[in-house]
Amino acid sequence: MHIVVDLNRCQGYAQCVFLAHQIFRLSGDEALTYEPNPDDARRLQVQRAAAACPVQAIMIDRQDDAERGAA
Amino acid sequence: MTLSATLAELVRDFKANGRIVIVGASLAGLRAAEALRGEGFAGSLTIIGDEPYEPYDRPPLSKQVLKGWVQADHTQLPRFQELDADWRLGLAAVGLDRATRQVRLANGEQVPYDRLLIATGTRARQWPNPAEAALEGVYSIRSRDDAERLQQALMAGPSRVLVIGAGFIGSEVASVCRDLDIPVTVTERGPAPLIGALGGVIGEIAAEMQRDHGVDLRCRVGVSSLEGDAGGHVRRARLSDGTTIEADVVLASLGSVRNVEWLEGSGLAAGFWGVGCDAGGRAFDINGVTTDTVYVAGDVARAPHVLYEYQFLAMEHWDNAVFGAEVAAHNMVNLEPGYRPHLLLPGFWSGQFGVNIKSVGVPPFGDEIVFTQGSIKERRFAAAYGRRGRIVAAVTFDHGKWLQYYAELIERSAPFPPPPPGWDRPDVMKPIPAEFPEPGVPTAIPDVVLTGHDPNERRAEFRPRDRPS
Amino acid sequence: MVEETPWQQALRYANRANPYPFYAELRKTPVARQPDGTYVVSTYREIVALLHDPRVSSDIRKIRQATTTDAEQEAGASEDVISLEPNIITSDPPEHDHDRRLMTRHFYGPQDAPHQISDLEPEIGRVVAGLLDAMRDQTRIDVVDEFAYPLPVTLISKILGVPLKDEPRFHAWIETALNALDFGPEAISEELQSQLEGGRQGVRELKRFIAELLDTYAKQPGPGMLSAMVHDDGREGHMSEGVLLSNALLLLFAGHETTVNLIAHSVLTLLRHPDALQKLRRRPELIVPGVEELLRYESSVQFWHTRSAVEDIEIAGTLIPQGSPIFLVYGSGNRDPERFANPDELDLERPDNQHLGFSQGIHFCFGAPLARLEVQAAVGEFVRRVENPRLVVDPPPYRHNQIFRGPRHVLVDIDGIRD
Ligand SMILES: Cc1cc2nc3c(=O)[nH]c(=O)nc-3n(C[C@H](O)[C@H](O)[C@H](O)COP(=O)(O)OP(=O)(O)OC[C@H]3O[C@@H](n4cnc5c(N)ncnc54)[C@H](O)[C@@H]3O)c2cc1C
Ligand code: HEM
Ligand code: SF4
Repeated sequence: MHIVVDLNRCQGYAQCVFLAHQIFRLSGDEALTYEPNPDDARRLQVQRAAAACPVQAIMIDRQDDAERGAA
Repeated sequence: MTLSATLAELVRDFKANGRIVIVGASLAGLRAAEALRGEGFAGSLTIIGDEPYEPYDRPPLSKQVLKGWVQADHTQLPRFQELDADWRLGLAAVGLDRATRQVRLANGEQVPYDRLLIATGTRARQWPNPAEAALEGVYSIRSRDDAERLQQALMAGPSRVLVIGAGFIGSEVASVCRDLDIPVTVTERGPAPLIGALGGVIGEIAAEMQRDHGVDLRCRVGVSSLEGDAGGHVRRARLSDGTTIEADVVLASLGSVRNVEWLEGSGLAAGFWGVGCDAGGRAFDINGVTTDTVYVAGDVARAPHVLYEYQFLAMEHWDNAVFGAEVAAHNMVNLEPGYRPHLLLPGFWSGQFGVNIKSVGVPPFGDEIVFTQGSIKERRFAAAYGRRGRIVAAVTFDHGKWLQYYAELIERSAPFPPPPPGWDRPDVMKPIPAEFPEPGVPTAIPDVVLTGHDPNERRAEFRPRDRPS
Repeated sequence: MVEETPWQQALRYANRANPYPFYAELRKTPVARQPDGTYVVSTYREIVALLHDPRVSSDIRKIRQATTTDAEQEAGASEDVISLEPNIITSDPPEHDHDRRLMTRHFYGPQDAPHQISDLEPEIGRVVAGLLDAMRDQTRIDVVDEFAYPLPVTLISKILGVPLKDEPRFHAWIETALNALDFGPEAISEELQSQLEGGRQGVRELKRFIAELLDTYAKQPGPGMLSAMVHDDGREGHMSEGVLLSNALLLLFAGHETTVNLIAHSVLTLLRHPDALQKLRRRPELIVPGVEELLRYESSVQFWHTRSAVEDIEIAGTLIPQGSPIFLVYGSGNRDPERFANPDELDLERPDNQHLGFSQGIHFCFGAPLARLEVQAAVGEFVRRVENPRLVVDPPPYRHNQIFRGPRHVLVDIDGIRD
């Protein structure tokens, strides 16, 4: 799956990190980095993280990877 | 039929049958394509990009990719919209004929359009001496492939990395080197890192931060030459102060060059400054008259901004590519009075040395700075920039949750200095000169290039205007 | 008699089940001065602006009461609370930030991989399954006492290292303290006055209980976060005993008095919206955005009361004078039609649901990831397993407390509980 975090919106609440630390990481207290193309097996975790972001900065592919093919 | 009914009919017809071509298949190009479909554009959509890849995101390249955590090919951007587009990837546009409304491709093909979006962005400025630039071990970073190559070089355990230019990307690369425990030297022609974007006061804090993390930072020096060994691999650099640095990896982080060459002869206001356009993304022709068919978005665009005395700004930042693309897309499939302006308050972020640096507004537009919250010593603070008694920008170090407060002050043109906070006041809360370099003083090219342009001036040529001191 | 303001009416116990019409009235004046000098903020935009305004303090000691009367009595009532050192919810930067960072390490784990809460997911699943299993043979259940309350209290006790066997004691203390707190016109009622001393006593007992626990851990390290904090190596700074005590109280309290309301309200709300319930049965993955919507729809923390203006603040055409208390009404902001389309409708797939249920800014809920995992598991499994649930009483009886608004009981008749 493909995601992108709008880091201008992100305020470093780290909610995504606490729910999916394999995908989202803080460097220091506030600087977020992440895996933009996580394995599909992590979908639920990523969705949880996106729903939990207080400023809705995490955006996920609309389509399923399956639909998109291996483009 | 009334005029407005005719216009509505035109819009409807264009949305159904128009032909749109986007040149540049990256952030701005992709977001524009999605926005076009979102606006109900059902006509033909062609996206031309010279890179062989589907649109990917660049900011991770100098951060998690370089660090080796994320693979370079794991940066593909998500899709929010079914595009049904004709993708022409790995193929450059080499010419534009506005009379016949055709884009010429590198393979000689001509692609006709009714509306064109220019989203060709920028590229990294290369080390100016071609022979030295060709040495093995000399890198720049703009693309996925660049990042992958540099990442591999870092993995090989170089004895020292030399970063030339302490702008954001150079500083981020230095930070990654320290994370990986690789010795790194950073040279900067200006007096401090990040000075073009944030000024000397913040630059001084950034300098201290770099040194605390073990960066060998050398300011006010340039690199005069790079020298290689017999095998053609870079080994050392000679600095303008006469010293030499032994390094086997060199990153030239010298800012960017706008991808406008393919527009030569098109009669557009395109040059080293980018492509001039109005705040709705409509490109200017060489006389500064707006065109009706050609639009611009992203790093390559340069447009006037209401909040900054209508000066022309080129905002080479992520959010500008996203919002600029959406606005341009909207205007491509609408007519007056349906046009929408691109009034984004610019913003950017940079993660380096474990600190989140964020900014809103246009800091170089300010001439004074005041610390408003937190502690400089701990590198957790907020500061505001002012000009003529109003607040024009703000920067935070690990204080991102407060930035939107300042953004609202900037949008309201609130007085500078802003009122003091109720707690956690910095030791000194007096406005001081922000110390931006005079225009023309060479620094690592700032991320925000600010040059003036009087809206009433009728000239077919752009000139940087002196900033009042 | 002077006519009551919409805010005062919203606070009346009789309106606890449905304060929303009063909130709608309240939003006509986004920042509304109350007779006691409190400024009540009810619109989304203004709440968000004040949450990010550095001239607003959360430190309850900075409130300067503009008037006497109820307000003063309230201050008297919570004397014991005030005699506690500030915890993170009642402190400002830099202390707030420092203490919260320290607590974050202990609650979530090391900064490079804060896994401790997400690791609890299987355990949360087991507790939820156990609670549902235990109700197997019943035809009528109380969602609050038998389901919504035991889950969070089990988890927070374990995380903190508070013996679960003491639960009946600390539960009772918290109840009495909560019941004695009232911000509305009923604060001066005889009934409430008679509970004041009980409430004070509750806080005192709770404080002694935690202090003893911290002492025990100081002598002999044990499981959980509190012991770990007592023995913190101080590498990232120090937290004094008094501050640790206050924060431990806060965590124990906030760790379940809020989550219980969300679980109970979520079940209640879904049973009132059969379409949404059906949809969730068909598409269980909707529980993730669904819980966000349920929290927006019925916010477990309706407002927060410790903020004040440290400087004069002008907002939405109103001047909040320095020292004035500021109440941010999250429950109203979450129903603000200027921000949310059709705010009184439940839409489990609501796009752009940037609600204020956990607040925003630096005091953003510390335990939100835990709460979310708990509520997603509890409500998701309730919907999946409980057969043909029917509300017995609607509206159900509510707890007295206005901030932590939630039903006291939710009686539901059921046909059984599936595996
Ligand atoms: C390493 C790195 C780190 C960054 N970090 C940050 C950050 O932290 N924060 C931030 O705000 N911004 C950051 N940026 C900037 C951000 O990535 C850019 O603002 C953004 O990519 C601009 O998007 P764009 O689509 O306008 O241009 P680009 O991304 O440059 O895309 C232009 C595309 O057009 C293609 N093209 C060019 N000429 C032609 C032609 N003639 N024919 C066909 N195709 C052509 C190019 O190859 C490219 O694919 C960073 C950039 C880089 C390189
Ligand atoms: C559904 C459940 C919950 C809701 C709706 C909720 C809501 C909130 C809200 C609105 C605030 C902000 C208060 C303010 O205005 O300052 C807050 C703060 C806080 N919450 Fe929660 N909460 C929940 C669960 C929890 C849990 C499970 C914990 C503990 C483990 C917790 C611990 C805290 C703490 C410590 C703070 C103070 C944070 C600070 O000031 O920095 N909460 N919560
Ligand atoms: S939850 Fe949202 S705001 Fe917080 S760190 Fe993640 S992306 Fe940023």
